[in-house]
Amino acid sequence: MSYLLNTAEEQQAMLAYLGVPSVEELFVAVPPEVRLRRPLHLPPALTELELHRQVEELAQQNASAAQYPCFLGGGAYDHFIPAVVDAIASRSEYYTAYTPYQAEASQGTLQVIFEYQTLMCQLTGLGVANASLYEAGSGVAEAVLMALGVTGRQDGEVLVAETVHPEYRRVLGTYLANLPCSLRVLPAPEGFLDPDDLQAALSDRTAAVVVQSPNFFGHLEEVADLAAAVHRVGGVCIAVFDPISLGLLRRPGDCGVDIAVAEGQGLGIPLGYGGPYLGILACRDEPAYLRRLPGRLVGQTTDRHGQRCWVLTLQTREQHIRREKATSNICTNQGLMALRASVYLTALGPQGLRETAELCLRKAHYAARRLADVAGAELRFRRPFFKEFTLRWPGPTDALPQQLRQRGFLAALPLGRWFPSLADCFSLAVTEKRTRAEIDALADALAHCRPPSRP
Amino acid sequence: MNNVAATELIFELSQPGRRCHRLPACDVPPESPEPDLPERYRAAAPPPLPEVGEVDLVRHYVNLSTRNMSIDTHFYPLGSCTMKYNPKRHERWAALSGFAALHPYQDEESVQGILRLLYELQEFLGEISGLPAVSLQPAAGAQGELTALLIAAAYFRDQGQTHRRKVLIPDSAHGTNPASATLAGFETVTVKSTPQGLVDLTDLRSKLGPDVAVFMITNPNTLGLFERQIRTITDWLHEAGALVYLDGANMNAILGITRPGDFGADMQHYNVHKTFTGPHGGGGPGSGPVAVRDFLAPYLPVPVVVREGERYRLDYHRPKSIGKMHTFYGNVGILLRGYCYIRTLGPDGLKQVSEQAVLNANYLRARVAQVLEVPHPGPCMHEFVASARKLLREKKVRAMDLAKRLLDFGIHAPTVYFPLVVPEALMIEPTETESKATLDAFADTLARIVQEDPDFLRAAPHTTPISRPDEVQAVKQPILRWQPSGASSSSPPAPAAPAAETPQVVPAAS
Repeated sequence: MSYLLNTAEEQQAMLAYLGVPSVEELFVAVPPEVRLRRPLHLPPALTELELHRQVEELAQQNASAAQYPCFLGGGAYDHFIPAVVDAIASRSEYYTAYTPYQAEASQGTLQVIFEYQTLMCQLTGLGVANASLYEAGSGVAEAVLMALGVTGRQDGEVLVAETVHPEYRRVLGTYLANLPCSLRVLPAPEGFLDPDDLQAALSDRTAAVVVQSPNFFGHLEEVADLAAAVHRVGGVCIAVFDPISLGLLRRPGDCGVDIAVAEGQGLGIPLGYGGPYLGILACRDEPAYLRRLPGRLVGQTTDRHGQRCWVLTLQTREQHIRREKATSNICTNQGLMALRASVYLTALGPQGLRETAELCLRKAHYAARRLADVAGAELRFRRPFFKEFTLRWPGPTDALPQQLRQRGFLAALPLGRWFPSLADCFSLAVTEKRTRAEIDALADALAHCRPPSRP
Repeated sequence: MNNVAATELIFELSQPGRRCHRLPACDVPPESPEPDLPERYRAAAPPPLPEVGEVDLVRHYVNLSTRNMSIDTHFYPLGSCTMKYNPKRHERWAALSGFAALHPYQDEESVQGILRLLYELQEFLGEISGLPAVSLQPAAGAQGELTALLIAAAYFRDQGQTHRRKVLIPDSAHGTNPASATLAGFETVTVKSTPQGLVDLTDLRSKLGPDVAVFMITNPNTLGLFERQIRTITDWLHEAGALVYLDGANMNAILGITRPGDFGADMQHYNVHKTFTGPHGGGGPGSGPVAVRDFLAPYLPVPVVVREGERYRLDYHRPKSIGKMHTFYGNVGILLRGYCYIRTLGPDGLKQVSEQAVLNANYLRARVAQVLEVPHPGPCMHEFVASARKLLREKKVRAMDLAKRLLDFGIHAPTVYFPLVVPEALMIEPTETESKATLDAFADTLARIVQEDPDFLRAAPHTTPISRPDEVQAVKQPILRWQPSGASSSSPPAPAAPAAETPQVVPAAS
């Protein structure tokens, strides 16, 4: 099965026009010694019906959050997606278009991105947002690259709180591997970054400090205090936020943050086994930041008739013009995910976002109280949290996810793989989708997951 | 198409108190004596998002969608972007809850179906490239480039060859290549092209040395030409102890015809959204898997999907790995579409894709050559570059003017002003999913356009919702977000002026 249109007769007519006897002749530039002389070893072609059966079978081999109440978090959350998000994002005029290089043929996409940029500014309290990055992990890396440029401390130090998602930290480490700066992780044994500990680590070499709030353990950090401390040494404060939490919490920009980064998955994007997601990046509206902003930007202007319209702008920052001097190599981004986030935030509006955040907060705290009642379970940290929290369990936690799934839940993220000292801990996330009945049932299920007897 | 209401911004439609989405009542008992959220963290008000009803919202975004050209509505011969038809079945399959509703941290036993799919895709991509070790993690072609260069850096560090600081890049390369090389900590060195549009072997030879780490080559190259001397080039690089990286943006031309591994590449990335029909999404998501030779496999990002008997799992234990490029496992939703495409076409279908893409490109090339100069001798691969240089000289009509006028005829413009080595370039890639009739219509339209009044062309397009936006103004006084009227714009002056001679460079995106 293929998607070709030209009939054998049409192909013959085209070859005749070219004056060549066969398609084979068109590949003369491919030297014989590098030609593949056999068919590719791939499975044979399937019809739509045949492949539909196979793909459905593969899908059914997975246990999904559509069947099981999902209490997993760690950077991906089972928030409700209103139907309008899918309806709009499945308009093929959006999803089968490309980067809006020709403004006249792309006003739909360009205006959507301009609105997305505005929504991100409204959400974060910062002045500029780009047209999206891949996801939060590489978003953090891009933010740090910006900060190195803004401070001019290219060979300086980047400080990252241990409470920042360990995979974001790892992606950052990969991106910085061959650059002159150094990377230091700031321990946070109590589940948050103590401003005094940060103070002790700061120096005039500090280019950037990365914090996350709510952090990987679910806790709120003292972002305003941390940002003030970073500024005193001339560094850049980068904060990772949860967009849903901003229905209730103070915005990064209002806390003095210079660059705010987020995983936008919670804004109407399916869990999708980790991607495609949406890297949100917003920063101060200052030339030094704007010059180094990675990725695409859409700006407002007027056309030759004086009509308001939108174009890709400030492209001199970008790789296709700056080449090796570009601020980033980002080219393809997550435009369709930015559309989903825009529709989601518009559908919710300020009240909807506030109510969603309030439900997450209330239900998570209810869940924490209920689950900490289960024999042996207790909250690991005593810190304010939003929708995610960490429990200590009497014994190893590796088998818990499977045990809970057998009882009908996707729940419990064991933390030992990232934090050996937390091998007896797991985290849970509670979104607005979870009901009291599901939370109560999870508590019952957990009570039945007998911890292995202690040696 | 010209619904005036669609030009209003969603913020201008906002009416305080209007709502779209409502939340259920809270069903858990009230807060414990301690408040759930201490006051100091709480914002006084939620963010000032727009307040609209569902009808407002739907009309707004649906009307906006009609102000786009797309594959489903128009011929889109945007060179180097491979804008081919996106099968509808893929959208249905990607939306199955057994894929769309999987949490990335589910236990492996509960995701055997998706892990098997990803494992098989790794195998397919390894076979198609002749480079057996594959990471699906990079989220886009440019991230694939960076991944491969970080792998090269780790490999040379491991070999004690940290003096290899240079990455060679042809002058016709995509801009992402030099940007990725710099980000990976290398110095970039440009290699010239010959007048025939191929790598200048003399120039390459002069730049080879013990300090070279990688040669990044696009083959077929961005002029749509296959580098005939590819074996010589890769042999030279290997003799110099360096690695060869293939920018896989143009894989659509060589599926089942030749394999980068067989012509000497050590690493390559794929653009799943180009070659294997992930829809481009108005700029993404894409997906940029990387395939490498076995000796580079230990450096791939973690995790890699591995099979043990009938079970699949994510292998994180790879001590030499460069680390992670993506928080989770890459753009799985796009990978899934690529998998389905390969399964639908099979080995013969994939080869036919390349054959038909090349036939279409050559046919269109021959037809366009009747109208515009095509500076490099044929045959071409799946795309070609025409030049409007003569038209500029004789009538002061630029490549951009032709591009804009094509929009009036319901044809998306080709890529213009890329590659940089061709003046007034129009880079045209019809893809295999277009018919002879569509190609004829394009060629006929172009022939008609070049005869038109130059003033009329310079004012084109004439029928689109807007025409010739003032890009200089957009740069000089950047307005990057909407603000309520009365609010003073705090946007700063331009960071840099646009290049004066180049009206607009439209790049070939990886």
